[in-house]
Amino acid sequence: MQRSTSRWLGGCAVAATAALALSACGSGSGFSGNDDTTGGSTGGATSTANLTSSDSALTVMIGSSGDAEATAVKKAVSDWSASSGTKASVVAATDLNQQLAQGFAAKKPADVFYLSTDALAGYASNGSLLPYGDLLQNKADFYPSLVSSFTYQGQLYCAPKDFSTLQLVIRDDDWKAAGLTDKDYPKSWDDLEALAKKLTTGKTVGLSTNGEYARIGAFMVQAGGNLMNDDSTQATANSDANVQALTFVKKLLDEGVYKYAKEGLGEGDGGQALGSGKAAMTIEGNWVTGELKNDFPDVKYTVVPLPSGPAGQGTLQFSNCWGIAKDSPNQAAALKLVEQLTSTDDQLAFSKAFGVLPSIQSAADAWKTDNPTLVPFLDGANYAKGVPTAKGASDVVADFNSQLTNLAKSGPKTILDTVQKNLEALGP
Amino acid sequence: MTTTAPALRRRHGGIHRGEAASGWLFTAPMIVLLGLFLVIPVLMALWVSFSDWNGNGSPFASGVSFVGTDNYHAILAGGGLAEQDFGTALRNNAWYVVLVVPLQTALSLYLAVLVDRRMLRGRGFFRTAFYFPSVTSSVAITVLWLFLFSASGAVNQVLSWFGVHGPNWFSDPSGVIHDALQPLGVDQGPAALTQHGFLGVSWWDWIGGPSVAMTAFILMAIFTTSGTFMLVFLAALQNLSSEVTEAAMVDGANGWQRFWRITLPQLRPTLFTVLTLGLIGGWQIFDQIYTGTQGGPAKTTLSPAYLSYQTAFTNQQWGQGAAIAFILFVIIVAFTLLQRWVLRERGVPRRKRFGPVTPGPATPGATPAAPATASEVTP
Repeated sequence: MQRSTSRWLGGCAVAATAALALSACGSGSGFSGNDDTTGGSTGGATSTANLTSSDSALTVMIGSSGDAEATAVKKAVSDWSASSGTKASVVAATDLNQQLAQGFAAKKPADVFYLSTDALAGYASNGSLLPYGDLLQNKADFYPSLVSSFTYQGQLYCAPKDFSTLQLVIRDDDWKAAGLTDKDYPKSWDDLEALAKKLTTGKTVGLSTNGEYARIGAFMVQAGGNLMNDDSTQATANSDANVQALTFVKKLLDEGVYKYAKEGLGEGDGGQALGSGKAAMTIEGNWVTGELKNDFPDVKYTVVPLPSGPAGQGTLQFSNCWGIAKDSPNQAAALKLVEQLTSTDDQLAFSKAFGVLPSIQSAADAWKTDNPTLVPFLDGANYAKGVPTAKGASDVVADFNSQLTNLAKSGPKTILDTVQKNLEALGP
Repeated sequence: MTTTAPALRRRHGGIHRGEAASGWLFTAPMIVLLGLFLVIPVLMALWVSFSDWNGNGSPFASGVSFVGTDNYHAILAGGGLAEQDFGTALRNNAWYVVLVVPLQTALSLYLAVLVDRRMLRGRGFFRTAFYFPSVTSSVAITVLWLFLFSASGAVNQVLSWFGVHGPNWFSDPSGVIHDALQPLGVDQGPAALTQHGFLGVSWWDWIGGPSVAMTAFILMAIFTTSGTFMLVFLAALQNLSSEVTEAAMVDGANGWQRFWRITLPQLRPTLFTVLTLGLIGGWQIFDQIYTGTQGGPAKTTLSPAYLSYQTAFTNQQWGQGAAIAFILFVIIVAFTLLQRWVLRERGVPRRKRFGPVTPGPATPGATPAAPATASEVTP
């Protein structure tokens, strides 16, 4: 036994040596081949002349919500490809974060890709992204709140793809059954509370949403707060406004007129709670229209603006942008493609296909004409706030969400103090 | 390595002269493959766990620097969210392992003994039925579980026949021990437990038990894996010589005694295999979380393996992600060694060597029989 052990160790040493030799080869030749071939300086691309250009084909990687979205993007890209003469293909990623990360680590990333507000800071800080925002010809057309969501350290990194906002969705049957008319839509928190009480019956709760920041945060904005300031440089989680908002939410929860969709009603989200008749009102984004159409085609609903809080109107907005990789060999063509994909025509086509809101202001009128019942969602862009985009903020939000589950038991101030501490630990 | 050992032992014989060289030659493809796809990636990950690699380009590029144990420090003693998340994941997984490993081992052994009986009708059917969950992909089973354990799912329907109002399984973050204490009026833990903790999680939360959501996963793990381990036990049972059992029957041992004194001691190596595989599988729980809950509700199904993935790929903290993976590795190795030590061969207990403790005419032969065969099975 003694002898075989020493043999085994010897074998290990050989294997380890071989491993080191191989890895040395690997790092020498394969991995870090094209460090200096990118055109843009680290400070960002200041003119289109600095962009890399070649005749290599573009890869567009998207994290698709479904077939409708993938088909629409594929069609838009192939139309652009036909008119520009640059080949381009669309990859619908099953796990966007993972596939993007693999590309960046291998220095062979997709040229153009969906990028969430969560991931922006991480990829911007490690130099994976081309900060092309200033080169966009239609830059001034994007909603300012969206531009600030994709600005990192003073630079607009990528063009907002589209966006969604939260508004109040009401189930018409319950509304009528309670003897309410379109004059009774809530204007203030007091209205909302009274309506939630009125609409709460044996089987139906007045208001239901998921118990997470991405819904409850709307109340924080209405009170004049948010987890961080607008450009996500400073934590403002335990402000008086936020405490006031969570106190209001807790009050509704305690009164039993507001329940979390998952924990309280056993539904996936507010849209399903509304569709199944377990809730009369919910706070959801414009994606809820697709959800209700597919799962509950017979349910009639109305979208109205969220009530004003102590600081006026407020809601949250969510967005993705079109990232361009710094390591792309054809940045110039990628930029042209993004300009096309964010044009009025393409955005209206996307909106028709999968129900998103166009990120440019010049498409607003056409969109409102097409979607008269959903106008409150687009109007929300005027007073919406983004979610925190600081690096690591998504972790803190996830932790906040897990504490919100416990809001009925613990105090708003305690929860928000923890969030504040966690956000401050992220550093600048 | 064990396959090459007999050849290497005889190194002086003339006819065996070239054996070492050909041994290496024959194992070379496997060594290269293992090196390329196992050793190198592991060493790279080890380096990443000590570096500030940010996910862009090679981890060996010039811009990546050695940061010592910073990543490990952030997870184990950073005092921030990273430590708290790791503590939470560790707590969840510890409860999972503590419940899954003994239960699945006991159940699979029980099933194996059942289908091993020669009298049982339709043995083939039962063997297939019990093994079936194991051959189904864990993703499919997870989806099935999400339906079964939904608020209005089949499980809650069945519970309602008995007047039990089932919990909202996958949305219920409350720990089952906390839940059990609640009717006794214990709503808040004593300050000694809530004010102090380990890895950013208070002792009160450590002892809270698995959440209701995690309990559903625990049931699922027992359901899916007991079939595989039943097969392992079944193979071992059929390998046991019936003579020993017959000898015990002649000595008048009843079924219960034969199981505990004759069968089980002979199964010790198999038991070690099953416990070790269960332990390793238990600490690596990932698929179910990834497809099922993504760590929710309230992080109570977060596991270290899933946290490692999330930290690296979603949050771009590659060093911390790799560090979590290595801490998990150390935990698994430590528990395996501990278990090996607990289940080690202790030899014949002293008191048994001198015959039965209770004097009397009964069973002079039965007691020595069991230890003798146990040592025969494990050389």
